[in-house]
Amino acid sequence: MKNFFVPILLIVWKDILTEIRNKDIILASFVFAILVLVICNFAFEITPATVHILASGILWISFIFAGILVMTHSFVVENDLNSLEGLLLCPISRDALYWGKMLSLFLFMMVVELLLLPIFAVLFDYNVLSPSLILIMVLATIGFATVGTLFASMSVNTRAREIMLPILFFPVVTPVLISAVEASMSIIGGGTAIIDIRGWIQLLLLFDVVYLVVCPWAFGFVVEE
Amino acid sequence: MVDKTDGLNTEPKSQGGNMKLIYASIFISSAMMIANMYLIFVWAPTERIMGHIQRVFYIHVPMAWLAFIAFFIVFVSGVLYLWKKDFKYDRIASSAAEIGVIFTTIVLITGPIWAKPVWGIWWSWDARLTTTLVLWMIYIGYHIVRSYSSNRAQAATYSAILGVIGFIDVPIVYFAVDWWRTQHQRLVVGVTSVEGSLNPDMRIVLYFSLIAFTALMLCLLWLRVSMKGLEMKLQSVKNNRKNLLPLG
Repeated sequence: MKNFFVPILLIVWKDILTEIRNKDIILASFVFAILVLVICNFAFEITPATVHILASGILWISFIFAGILVMTHSFVVENDLNSLEGLLLCPISRDALYWGKMLSLFLFMMVVELLLLPIFAVLFDYNVLSPSLILIMVLATIGFATVGTLFASMSVNTRAREIMLPILFFPVVTPVLISAVEASMSIIGGGTAIIDIRGWIQLLLLFDVVYLVVCPWAFGFVVEE
Repeated sequence: MVDKTDGLNTEPKSQGGNMKLIYASIFISSAMMIANMYLIFVWAPTERIMGHIQRVFYIHVPMAWLAFIAFFIVFVSGVLYLWKKDFKYDRIASSAAEIGVIFTTIVLITGPIWAKPVWGIWWSWDARLTTTLVLWMIYIGYHIVRSYSSNRAQAATYSAILGVIGFIDVPIVYFAVDWWRTQHQRLVVGVTSVEGSLNPDMRIVLYFSLIAFTALMLCLLWLRVSMKGLEMKLQSVKNNRKNLLPLG
């Protein structure tokens, strides 16, 4: 058991350390997410009267766009200096590699999303922070990271890799996006209790469980190539 | 000796006999399609409320069913490819995916043509339509991944993975969108369910159309798979020539 978890944590630690040293991706995607908020402000003309309807959609647009940047980066860094080959040569299982990359992607996306919440609250004068929202963010981000790790590992090896990832990623995560936006809307808009959105949470859980099984399996074939 | 992974020895031995069968299947499916067009546009009774536009139904519905079958073939051949690593399955999967995308495109075009006069709108974001659109996008991605891959093995593996994931995703997408619609209580389009109260003559035309389009799909699939086999053969002959004759 220890043999399985130690390599995963080491890979996560390696990614965190790299990020602490060069501060590449969290900062850049965070700034990009703020830009998305600014663009949405102009696009939708957000006023105090409309903000409760639009808040959830705008939040998730900025989360997912920032997330795409993090995903692309997570495998581009491995590819540029052929460090993925180094990782594959390590005496660890392919699953451990998948879980390590997936966890670090999840952590980075969560950090960006959490940083964005207070900015959103300030810019639109609207408090969105609640424990139920954090729960939805965790579940949805697990879904994004699970599929994102697989597709990022695929698209990094193709030509036009930056375009490839969103084309593959967005259609597949439609259910996550629908559930996340709908569940957040009920929470942000009306202070709904967690019990009222349990359907959406179940759907998120279903997606997460299905893809937590399928994606590591498929990842084994991707890195074989 | 040709390597197993080259996919050459999976070719049928006698190309001649095979061609005769292919011509026969083209002939049969063409004859069935002509008969089908006659049945749809001449023989089938005109629908009382919707009028002639309802005839789109005999093309739209079989196309939608067959597109799903094509994607199911993509899924099964994708799993088989990942398991056996035999390019034969990749040829079947990619050919079925091409046919699936074409059929889904026809579904997405004929749908609005039928919907506008009957529902009054071109498009409604209901579960069936949205899922079909997402499905179409996933398999467009499937073909883009294939053409942007750096080699054939990579294209085959990546697209097989996408074929499997896409197929698993479809029920979840349907469920999510269906529920999203129920939550919102959007306007329910007032259309009488055509399948529910189908005139016996209409049912005959629908079933015949389904059989005719199935024959067409199988014929296209067969043609495309054998064409891909030939393309692969040609490519390897070209590669061999390049290696043998290093001309300046």
